[in-house]
Amino acid sequence: MLRLVISRLASLAITLLFVSLAIFLILEVLPGDPAAIMLGTAAREDTLAALRQELGLDQPALLRYLDWIGGILHGDLGLSITYKMPVSTLVAERMSVTLPLSLLAILISTALALPLGIAAAARRDGPVDRAVLVFSQMGVAVPNFWIGLLFILFFSTRLGWFPAGGFPGWGAGLWPAFQALLLPSVALALPQAAVLTRVTRSATLEVIGADFVRTARAKGVDKRATLRRHVVPNALIPVTTILGLQLSFFFGGAILVENVFNLPGLGRLAYQALNQRDLVVIKDIVLIFSGLVIVVNFLVDIGYTILDPRLRSRT
Amino acid sequence: MSKRFLAAALLLSVSALPAFAAKTSLVVGMPIEPPGLDPTVAAPVAIREVTWVNLYEGLVRIDRSGKVQPLLAKSWEISPDGLTYTFRLQEGVKFHDGTSFDSADVKFAFDRARDPKSTNAQKQIFAPIASIETPDAATVVIKLKETSGNFLYYLGWGDAVIVAPETAENNKANPVGTGPFKFKSWTRGDKVELVKNPDYWQKDKVKLESVTFRFISDAQAQVAALRSGDVDAFPTISAPELFAEFQKDSRFKAVAGNTEGETVAGLNSAKKPFDDVRVRRALMHAVDRKALIEGAYSGFGQPIGSFFSPNHPAFVDMTNVIPYDPAKAKALLTEAGYGNGLSITIKTPQMAYASRSAELLSAMFAEVGVDMKIIPTEFPAKWIEEVFKAKDYDVTIVSHTEPLDIEIFARDNYYFNYKNDKFKALIAEAGKTTDEKARFAKYAEAQKILAEDVPALFLFQLPKLGVWNAKLQGLWENSPIPSNDVTEVSWTD
Repeated sequence: MLRLVISRLASLAITLLFVSLAIFLILEVLPGDPAAIMLGTAAREDTLAALRQELGLDQPALLRYLDWIGGILHGDLGLSITYKMPVSTLVAERMSVTLPLSLLAILISTALALPLGIAAAARRDGPVDRAVLVFSQMGVAVPNFWIGLLFILFFSTRLGWFPAGGFPGWGAGLWPAFQALLLPSVALALPQAAVLTRVTRSATLEVIGADFVRTARAKGVDKRATLRRHVVPNALIPVTTILGLQLSFFFGGAILVENVFNLPGLGRLAYQALNQRDLVVIKDIVLIFSGLVIVVNFLVDIGYTILDPRLRSRT
Repeated sequence: MSKRFLAAALLLSVSALPAFAAKTSLVVGMPIEPPGLDPTVAAPVAIREVTWVNLYEGLVRIDRSGKVQPLLAKSWEISPDGLTYTFRLQEGVKFHDGTSFDSADVKFAFDRARDPKSTNAQKQIFAPIASIETPDAATVVIKLKETSGNFLYYLGWGDAVIVAPETAENNKANPVGTGPFKFKSWTRGDKVELVKNPDYWQKDKVKLESVTFRFISDAQAQVAALRSGDVDAFPTISAPELFAEFQKDSRFKAVAGNTEGETVAGLNSAKKPFDDVRVRRALMHAVDRKALIEGAYSGFGQPIGSFFSPNHPAFVDMTNVIPYDPAKAKALLTEAGYGNGLSITIKTPQMAYASRSAELLSAMFAEVGVDMKIIPTEFPAKWIEEVFKAKDYDVTIVSHTEPLDIEIFARDNYYFNYKNDKFKALIAEAGKTTDEKARFAKYAEAQKILAEDVPALFLFQLPKLGVWNAKLQGLWENSPIPSNDVTEVSWTD
């Protein structure tokens, strides 16, 4: 177990290093001069040069890369070009929106998908199964930002139950903050829940057809207990894999949903930074997103060994 | 969902309804968040829309009709030769940090802006200055190298506001000015909060206790925020197709005014076939401006025939110089040797007005035998690189939002690649002419030259589609300068 963790950690570090290099190189070739964007089309050449110098853009690329990585290793993410604020402060502020939003969405998505998928598989072709299939088909087809728009029109504008967007901040109290995050997280969760439901259903069906399930039934274990003790634990392995992969979708989807609900989250910051060519912020956020996905997949790997005792004995 | 949850949700939404007593707080929505709050070190319009005359003040200001009015300078004299400006300053004015405003601050602010290391986006404002003297605390004498007809006008811009030496460095994140409102907080990505400045030198004018600027980029989210009352006013909403709904709704005032944005399809005059004025005129004849505005901006926006804002007193309507006339367009193209057709491209930024206009232009050109392919580009980053700097384009489309910017056609090496010495001389003369009438006559002549020469297809003035609560008064209908001046805004009950 320990050896597995150590080797995974090493590959995690190497992956991150490559990712950082890729991010830096892509931004190097991306057209757009942050100084020209800040100063507009009326600025004179000497003014542009002065700003470039102030921003350190006149330094050679290698030096800027080492500066960036060196800073990160010391816990310093640098100063945002547009906001003139430490990126760590900006990111921390935004994380307080995006992280709860994504976690809530994952929670809702799993809470919906697991019972629905298992229930559908338990009675294949039954009414529950058919309803679940229709729901998941729709969920896969409809994009999250559009669901978000419908939610706003109905729950906020028509019924007035929820704010139409924006985030009051956690300082305003737990309930108002939660209220602001609920609709967006449901909008974010539904399409992913649809995918997860399908995966759960088919994984469960596959296990139900397995020999050991037939053996369990033949031994006289009743249907419910078979499902609980033999089918579900085995079906969870592919479901966990998909959940891990979905995490990047939750962060990616957050960009669109945050825009529709006007939430000051990490996704909006990334979008804005890209528009302004705030290279410092873009680099950091992409690295953080990639880091999160890599770390989560690492955790999923570890999770397997807990779910599947066979993996433990093998390593 | 439990009943308790419903009850709680209902209660909350009731408490969120606007109060019926005369309010003293205002929430203004803006599509774009400003990058920093110092208009003297960066160009973006959004900075001015939060800070100009709300937080910072200049010696003079531009009023809602585009005219220059005194502000921190209560009066001024201009010497007969037009080279010496003597400003008498308001006394007893304090910056938000409590320090006094005097002539030394004016000198500091202008010297900072014209310093070689300065990153002021409009340095040309300060270019005519030879020297700044401060004979006493309430007097500033500015000597110019040459006469400048628009010097006073430019001093009303956000780039020329007065900042204090003690605080200027931090203004980007913690702005300190002399204006009617003080900076309270900035939640990045969400809102900037301002509160009334209790020591403001004209405090009787100010009715509001607090002003919040909220940043909502998505057009649907803007509409939702207005309808739910989360935002009281959106001086410029992003989606013209949603504007008509508000015009029918008595709870709102929906006003279509003008911005300073001339929407033009720039033609690369250094490149074949656009070096031939007949081709440029032919393309202009092929454009049905009314149909274009209908399709690109739901019918809002004034057609323009040259490059001058209808907000400006020197504006002359030039749309009849080269009117819509496809037959004439074909004849001109044949004359220029393109009777058998012509293939060109247009580099189009992602803004809705630009991409829609490009599609309509392409269809209109097809009618006269010109095949125009649309190449999408990203604004501002990629557009600045490819079109503005490298001038690697045939046709492009963008709105030029700076006030009084006709002089861009007189610049060497500007992206239109337009060269006309007569025009250049005329603009230079107009700039030096201090007599208003004579200056305006020169601007009229300049507008005529552009209308006939067509260095760009002049399409329409970008409208300012504002929506606000019907009980609000005092907001600007046009924007002769990028701003959301809330000094005298108030609620009626």
